[in-house]
Amino acid sequence: MGNMKLTLKIWRQNGPNDKGRMENYPVNDVSEDMSFLEMLDVLNDQLVREGKDPIAFDHDCREGICGMCSLFINGEAHGPGRGITTCQLHMRKFKDGDTIYVEPWRSAAFPVIKDLATNRSAFDRIQAAGGFVSVNTSGNLVDGNAVPIPKDDADKAFDAATCIGCGACVATCPNGSAMLFTAAKVSQLALLPQGRPEAKRRALAMVEQMDKEGFGNCSNTGACEVECPKGISLEHIARLNREYLAASVTKE
Amino acid sequence: MSKLDSKIPPGPIDKKWTYHKGHMRIVAPANKRRIDVIVVGTGLAGGAAAASLAEMGYNVKAFCFQDSARRAHSIAAQGGINAAKNYQNDGDSTYRLFYDTVKGGDYRAREANVHRLAEVSANIIDQCVAQGVPFARDYGGLLDNRSFGGVQVSRTFYARGQTGQQLLLGAYSALMRQVGKGAVKMYDRHEMLDVVIVDGKARGIIARNLITGEIERHGAHAVLLCTGGYGNVFFLSTNAMGSNVTAAWKAHKRGAFFGNPCYTQIHPTCIPVSGTHQSKLTLMSESLRNDGRIWVPAKLEDAKAIREGKKKGSDIPEADRDYYLERRYPAFGNLVPRDVASRAAKERCDAGFGVNKTGEAVYLDFSAAIERYGKLEANMKKIENPSKEKITELGRAVVSEKYGNLFDMYENIVGENPYDHAMKIYPAVHYTMGGLWVDYNLQTTVPGLFALGEANFSDHGANRLGASALMQGLADGYFVIPYTVGDYFADDIRTGPIDTKRAEFDAAEKEVTDRINHFINNKGTKPVDEFHRRLGKVMWDKCGMARNAQGLQEAIAEIRQIREEFYRDVRVTGKANEFNQELEKAGRVADFLELGELMCIDALNRNESCGGHFREEYSETEGPQQGEAKRDDANYAYVAAWEWTGDAGKANLHKEPLTFEEVKLTQRSYK
Repeated sequence: MGNMKLTLKIWRQNGPNDKGRMENYPVNDVSEDMSFLEMLDVLNDQLVREGKDPIAFDHDCREGICGMCSLFINGEAHGPGRGITTCQLHMRKFKDGDTIYVEPWRSAAFPVIKDLATNRSAFDRIQAAGGFVSVNTSGNLVDGNAVPIPKDDADKAFDAATCIGCGACVATCPNGSAMLFTAAKVSQLALLPQGRPEAKRRALAMVEQMDKEGFGNCSNTGACEVECPKGISLEHIARLNREYLAASVTKE
Repeated sequence: MSKLDSKIPPGPIDKKWTYHKGHMRIVAPANKRRIDVIVVGTGLAGGAAAASLAEMGYNVKAFCFQDSARRAHSIAAQGGINAAKNYQNDGDSTYRLFYDTVKGGDYRAREANVHRLAEVSANIIDQCVAQGVPFARDYGGLLDNRSFGGVQVSRTFYARGQTGQQLLLGAYSALMRQVGKGAVKMYDRHEMLDVVIVDGKARGIIARNLITGEIERHGAHAVLLCTGGYGNVFFLSTNAMGSNVTAAWKAHKRGAFFGNPCYTQIHPTCIPVSGTHQSKLTLMSESLRNDGRIWVPAKLEDAKAIREGKKKGSDIPEADRDYYLERRYPAFGNLVPRDVASRAAKERCDAGFGVNKTGEAVYLDFSAAIERYGKLEANMKKIENPSKEKITELGRAVVSEKYGNLFDMYENIVGENPYDHAMKIYPAVHYTMGGLWVDYNLQTTVPGLFALGEANFSDHGANRLGASALMQGLADGYFVIPYTVGDYFADDIRTGPIDTKRAEFDAAEKEVTDRINHFINNKGTKPVDEFHRRLGKVMWDKCGMARNAQGLQEAIAEIRQIREEFYRDVRVTGKANEFNQELEKAGRVADFLELGELMCIDALNRNESCGGHFREEYSETEGPQQGEAKRDDANYAYVAAWEWTGDAGKANLHKEPLTFEEVKLTQRSYK
């Protein structure tokens, strides 16, 4: 065990209709090798032993890829450090005696389930509106190499496709906009020949669903790009805007 | 005593699947609308199956415990997916992929299943490309490949170090397309807690809504379990925290036999344990073994000095390093299969050559690769007499392009830059080859209950080759189950909707509710995790990389003891009818505590060493293969399928003999 002592100020909320409040928790014996979530494990272990309600938070893979973890730490989505998710944040980023504020993603479109866990199903609905190529499973498709894709396009599509759907972009945006998330999928598929036939329909449908879900408008603050754990670039928002504009103009 | 019928189709190995597809019954489009199917789990197998079945016209309900189908643990697979495309013209073929997989599995897989897997592998790549999966491509715009362990061709397709993510997002997009159409009803944050059997057939599940705690009944004509592996029985593994055996275990307790539970894959290249707070382990992709060289100091005093912090790896001169894989296995070198590489690391560390504080780490060193790539780049850039610094700079850029995200991940966790200092790695639990026993149609011993992907036992024998898990998950989901489940449904076109008010549903729901109430009302003192950690330590120490009869017997006794204490003294806070993560964990650990015992029983029964199952009593004592695993084909060339009898310690063993018509059983040699 380590020797850091910390004070945590953690958001507690019993459900979507509870008002919620910050509560104080001292944590001792924190080692700098711990991940932030392991530090919360230690706190929860202690709370359960005391018969108290442990802190609810989402997490799963704990290696930065599933997108489930989602903490707003000291005013930043996924906490201090760039290019990492909450589960990849390690305690060596903090020092003995620190006070740390831990809150859930805050957005009208992401209601709190309990404490730090929120409901991000809105993202699934945006995806279901058009974030796909309409191809059925078939054992008779053309060979994967039948259509060469310029490496540059494939690489850019990949960069967009690395989005983990965590929602940090929404949580960090002053308007609660989901443009970076939506743009990443639109852009990935727009860059690939397989995605082109439906590009217009996709851009229109996904944006329409995004608006329906109650996400805010994009005002190009660029905050999302800074906090995105996967470094998804604002370029993709620009591409979405181009796709959307072109689709709107030629819409029948 | 039921006889296991593998239902392998007749004919030569390369014609079986074609024959079977041509002779299975199918369901007409109008009748598919009358058929309901439940898919539990939305990883590669479940996502692909749910999407494909909905496209065909069946009514699908899909379940996952995560908050979105996109987060299933397939997402964390890094390295790649195998397919016999032979794009590299290096002699690959369906037969070679089949052969490598049977051999890699140490001759404990069913030949016919493996051949089918190899046959459909090429379709998977085409399917994924059509979905917009951004695989790595070369400058000509064509798909790129790399090499993985246990094979001598380049057949692994990849998307940087995030192949699982990209394939899963492809399957997820296909799934969400069907959700949008209303063909799939998606139940996220739902956990399956029992399967319901009506007249001997699986006809539904009991699930808990994890947000409200409500217990729900869902009926269907078949249930597909695509619920992944059970590596978390070890507490520490590379699996996601939520990965669990509950769905498969409940199915087992309802009559599905469990196949080869002791076959566990310990992955050789993971970040070593750093302390008692550790909640999970992180894999460093096998692809790193393409360029990284694994070594420990050749001299004990150097290893000791490193452990005490008096020396660094870079202080050890080339002549005093032991590249033990290259030394022991010159033909495959650092690319031997995972079980072989893991045991070799353990052997060196046990002998005192480990290189971190705990003595349980070896080096994975990229300095030679950086130098090699640096020189190549300098040549390409026509830099004459490049300085050592220039070569390092150029070489680092190449290594960063290939493995950058993995290096960053390592630095984040360990706090040390792996370009400057060799990575420290150690084996960790990663995958389980065992799982629910299934026949050729992926049906368990319970009619109407199917198991796909890592949840079944079928294709990898006693050891899985790298980049084959993604292949199997997608093969089962996209290209196998859509055919085989149709044959089963052909009897159900007149059945009509399943009535969930039946007594069987009442009984199953009551059992689920009773279990939950036990935990909530238990006035224990210790959190769930404490029991899980204790179980994990017993499993790792006594049923891990090396096993022996005495240790396994001790483990069985210890697990029983932990289980007894768990039920008596576990404390689950909160209520049943709310979002309650402690309650979720309690149910999962209860099942691990029974599974762990069965794994030890299976390991004890198998008096041989094969693949990931290494019994210390059974290794070669002399000759060129000294120290290597010693199989016993005369007595153990069978699948051990265990039947639940009501007591975790008294499972009934059924044997499915493995017959090899194509591949000759030989000692697996990578020398």
